[in-house]
Amino acid sequence: MSTITLDSKVPSGPIEDRWTSHQFNMKLVNPANKRKFTVLVVGTGLAGAAAAATLAQLGYQVKCFTFHDSPRRAHSIAAQGGINGAKNYKNDGDSVHRLFYDTVKGGDFRSRESNVHRLAEVSVNIIDQCVAQGVPFAREYGGLLDNRSFGGAQVSRTFYARGQTGQQLLLGAYQALMQQVSLGNVELHTKTELLDVVTKDGVAAGIVTRNLVTGDIRSWAGHATLLCTGGYGNAFYLSTNAMNSNVTASWRAHKKGALFANPCYTQIHPTCIPASDEFQSKLTLMSESLRNDGRIWVPKQFDDNRAPENIPEEDRDYFLERKYPSFGNLAPRDIASRNAKQVVDEGRGVGPIKNGVYLDFAESIGRLGENVVFERYGNLFDMYERITDEDPMKMPMRIYPASHYTMGGLWVDYNLMTNIPGLYALGEANFSDHGANRLGASALMQGLADGYFVAPNTIGDYLSGLLGKTPVGTDDPAFSTSVAAVQDDMRRWIAVGGTKSPEYYHRELGKIVWDYCGMTRDKNGLEKALSEIPALREEFEKNVRVLGSPEGINQSLEKVGRVADFFELGELMCRDALMREESCGGHFRVEHQTEEGEAKRDDANFSFVGAWKWEGTGTTSTLHKEPLVFESVKPVERSYK
Amino acid sequence: MNLTLKVWRQSGPTDPGHFETYEATDVKDEMSFLEMLDLVNENLIADGHEPITFDSDCREGICGTCGLMINGQAHGPQKGTTTCQLHMRKFHDGETVTIEPWRAAAFPVLKDLMVDRSAFDAIIQSGGFITADTGGPRDANEILIPKIAVDSAMDAAACIGCGACVAACPNGAAQLFTSAKLAHLNLLPQGQAERWKRTEDMVETMEMFFGSCTNYGECQEACPKEIPIDFIAMMNRDFLKSKLKNRKLQGQR
Amino acid sequence: MALTGIMLMGFVLFHMIGNLKMYLGAEDFNHYAEFLRQLLVPIIPPTGVLWILRLGLIGAFALHIQSAYALTRINHKARPVNYKSPRDYVAVNWAARTMRWSGIIVGLFLLWHLADLTWGWANPAFVDGNPYANVVTSLSRAPIAALYILANLALGFHLYHGAWSIFQSLGSMSARFNPRHNPLRRGFAAGFAILVAGVNITFPIAVLTGVVG
Repeated sequence: MSTITLDSKVPSGPIEDRWTSHQFNMKLVNPANKRKFTVLVVGTGLAGAAAAATLAQLGYQVKCFTFHDSPRRAHSIAAQGGINGAKNYKNDGDSVHRLFYDTVKGGDFRSRESNVHRLAEVSVNIIDQCVAQGVPFAREYGGLLDNRSFGGAQVSRTFYARGQTGQQLLLGAYQALMQQVSLGNVELHTKTELLDVVTKDGVAAGIVTRNLVTGDIRSWAGHATLLCTGGYGNAFYLSTNAMNSNVTASWRAHKKGALFANPCYTQIHPTCIPASDEFQSKLTLMSESLRNDGRIWVPKQFDDNRAPENIPEEDRDYFLERKYPSFGNLAPRDIASRNAKQVVDEGRGVGPIKNGVYLDFAESIGRLGENVVFERYGNLFDMYERITDEDPMKMPMRIYPASHYTMGGLWVDYNLMTNIPGLYALGEANFSDHGANRLGASALMQGLADGYFVAPNTIGDYLSGLLGKTPVGTDDPAFSTSVAAVQDDMRRWIAVGGTKSPEYYHRELGKIVWDYCGMTRDKNGLEKALSEIPALREEFEKNVRVLGSPEGINQSLEKVGRVADFFELGELMCRDALMREESCGGHFRVEHQTEEGEAKRDDANFSFVGAWKWEGTGTTSTLHKEPLVFESVKPVERSYK
Repeated sequence: MNLTLKVWRQSGPTDPGHFETYEATDVKDEMSFLEMLDLVNENLIADGHEPITFDSDCREGICGTCGLMINGQAHGPQKGTTTCQLHMRKFHDGETVTIEPWRAAAFPVLKDLMVDRSAFDAIIQSGGFITADTGGPRDANEILIPKIAVDSAMDAAACIGCGACVAACPNGAAQLFTSAKLAHLNLLPQGQAERWKRTEDMVETMEMFFGSCTNYGECQEACPKEIPIDFIAMMNRDFLKSKLKNRKLQGQR
Repeated sequence: MALTGIMLMGFVLFHMIGNLKMYLGAEDFNHYAEFLRQLLVPIIPPTGVLWILRLGLIGAFALHIQSAYALTRINHKARPVNYKSPRDYVAVNWAARTMRWSGIIVGLFLLWHLADLTWGWANPAFVDGNPYANVVTSLSRAPIAALYILANLALGFHLYHGAWSIFQSLGSMSARFNPRHNPLRRGFAAGFAILVAGVNITFPIAVLTGVVG
């Protein structure tokens, strides 16, 4: 066991003043000196584009990397619902403190209080910033901003731009970034993927990338490196993440010493379109708002093959309404998801391969009329019909939960710096703000908070200490060994010459992780996964087939490295889930539930952040704990009866 | 269903390229077009042939990464739909499907069906933003924006930058893309300070890369977000005005 | 394109209206021709104003052709490698697709038309100063009449797409910002094209059928 102490660097004092006093206490970098520092920003989603643009505005030399062909394509773009901001424009009792409280409670008391309070504080600035940039948030007729209540929140604090909030926010950040590119303050490298994080004497020195068009492997040195590379939901293979979303950047940093925190905290979204067959490449999310007017049911009988309209009321089981009379179909994401899984596992699933539940609008159409229902959900219905060829106005939708967001990620302190000095993690890539479960409309908020307001401030404190010191050059052996290792990897994958594609192994891995470390987990299953995953990985390493060469575009080669990282991560997810002998938020251990089947936390033994240290291939990672202290919000049990 | 695919294969930017014929067997109705290609690729890999290179990412029609010319139509036959959201039930058994990359001087083919669309980024870089450095903006509700204006801006802002407009245009013109970004920013009060400079700069950058508009309207039909060409009319007017306004603004300095 | 287009549209409209005098008989028609030559006489010498108008027209034609040529060049450069499979167009109509060809046809016809009825080279029975007779003798030849009809059909298509495009290119009357506008634009374009080309086509028919002659 190594001796790492996880210092969260949380400032002292009343929670409301911590961020303000921290900002004052941090050392600053003189404007004239800022241009002497090079900052590498990896990823151009909300967190990355926002951070790169803001750092460049401040005067730092920014080099920005994305594997997409344009920064505008990061998967932040797919967020539909909205972004929270504690503006209290609706006079319904919202406040920074209430958003803070809701987020800590929603995270099932597994997040770091001070980080969450800061998030709630800057949520207000985010909305102002985005409006100034021209984000077309929905407005009322009087010209004021419109808000809605989202994801079961009791106040209306969600700002939205049709069903395309993520896209509009990302375009705002992208446009700010492109302006800095045109001013020469940001050097943008598209189609460039991070393949290694380089450290020298335990400090971040830079990164090694592959140009996905030419195949060039290159080193980049920087005074600080920001990983804004998103979550790892694709460990499940089928998820609502984009095809290319991957854990590689975080994982390579992890293998260089950065701790990976709470990997078992993954969020499952209840309303996705069920997979139609083996070849489905990804799942599509349908906005949660559908549950406001749709009723969820399955047939009471097993293997009921009647068409939904032929199943009479008395043969239907509206299981959420039955079990949770007060919340009904609006039960929180994890509860709705687990109950859907339960009925499908029982053999009462619906659809051609019996893998979904009905979300029925017939009652709402009867009550509100076709026009009202179509006006509310028309665009979602159209999208559903494009994919399934079924019209939800005529027959019930079929839905099933899918992996959607990952709360775990690289361990970071209050400054968003990992335990490797100079290496930061922002947005979904870090672990700090959502605890064991994320609230709806909070992902966009956190990405932008980290990118616009937190990291650009905290980075100065670190860089000020480096003034006058020459950074490690790319000619240093630290870089050349890393480049050689990356090149070796490429050649090794091509040399395997097996029979099955990387895609095949990804799909097989995803089945294991989903079955045993998905919506519900138990000891036996996790132990089984921990023996199945290494076995499959061994086969993968011996039998994968990557054609072509390391030069030029080679999508199989890109994929194989990502899948290899998912194998190692999948194992760690299961290990973490096995370690955490409690249920909290998105992590549901069957052994730990209340009599009503709710998640049962164990605050006495598990109120900590579980951060894992990589100990080498074939060696079990070691666990480091950061105790969680709750001073402002006292942990209570969640109840949605 | 079984399909015959004629797919454009091109090993690199300088390779002249050619069509290759593949049989896609056992294609299911509920597969998306790209999942059908995934299936073809799996079989190609199994047979020891390099898979077809094509771009895709979110596969829910919002990131704008995918885009293929399918049977002579950008994003294929379904209106208002990206390639990733096009499903195989729109095709019938035994059909021959021809797949080509987008073609335009500004979108050089990188490999097979993948093209380089960085010219779009260059247009945005030249003025497709509102200058608002992070920090210190006014309260969001201090700027009143009529609902009708913001709705119109939102219609334009829905552009996903996929390039279908350029691909579909017989002239290889990017007017729809450029005008959508201009309309998004020019319709909002926040965008007024830079309106005329933005218009002039973006249009002139666009003209460096792309063809010119002769009002065919093909772009509007191909656009997966169904952005109307009325925004092009608005851009043309703003561009004419900008020629006068920018001189006037300079004179006032 | 749009500005010179508007000037040329004005010309074809007034040319058509002027030619309607044909139906009033030889005297009116010849008088009208003479009137054009005598415009603003004696302030300006005979045919002076006519020449000013003609120079303006020649300029507009030249610029119109030059911009068409430039656009074609730009557009070919914008897609140097064409699609290798047939395109399946959705919105493009025949008129829009054939602008280049209808333009060339109209241009060539114009030269023939000048040679036929202004300079008289193409009309063996040409009589200087009697345009009415010239029109009748020229159009009595069936192949020539057919040529006039075909050329005017080309002109009609050219005008249809051109007249519609003006609003788009100059950025006014957009349907989005006023939904009633689009039908107006389409209606104007169709009406203008049909009016000009349609009336023009009646002339050769009238001569052939003996209504004029």
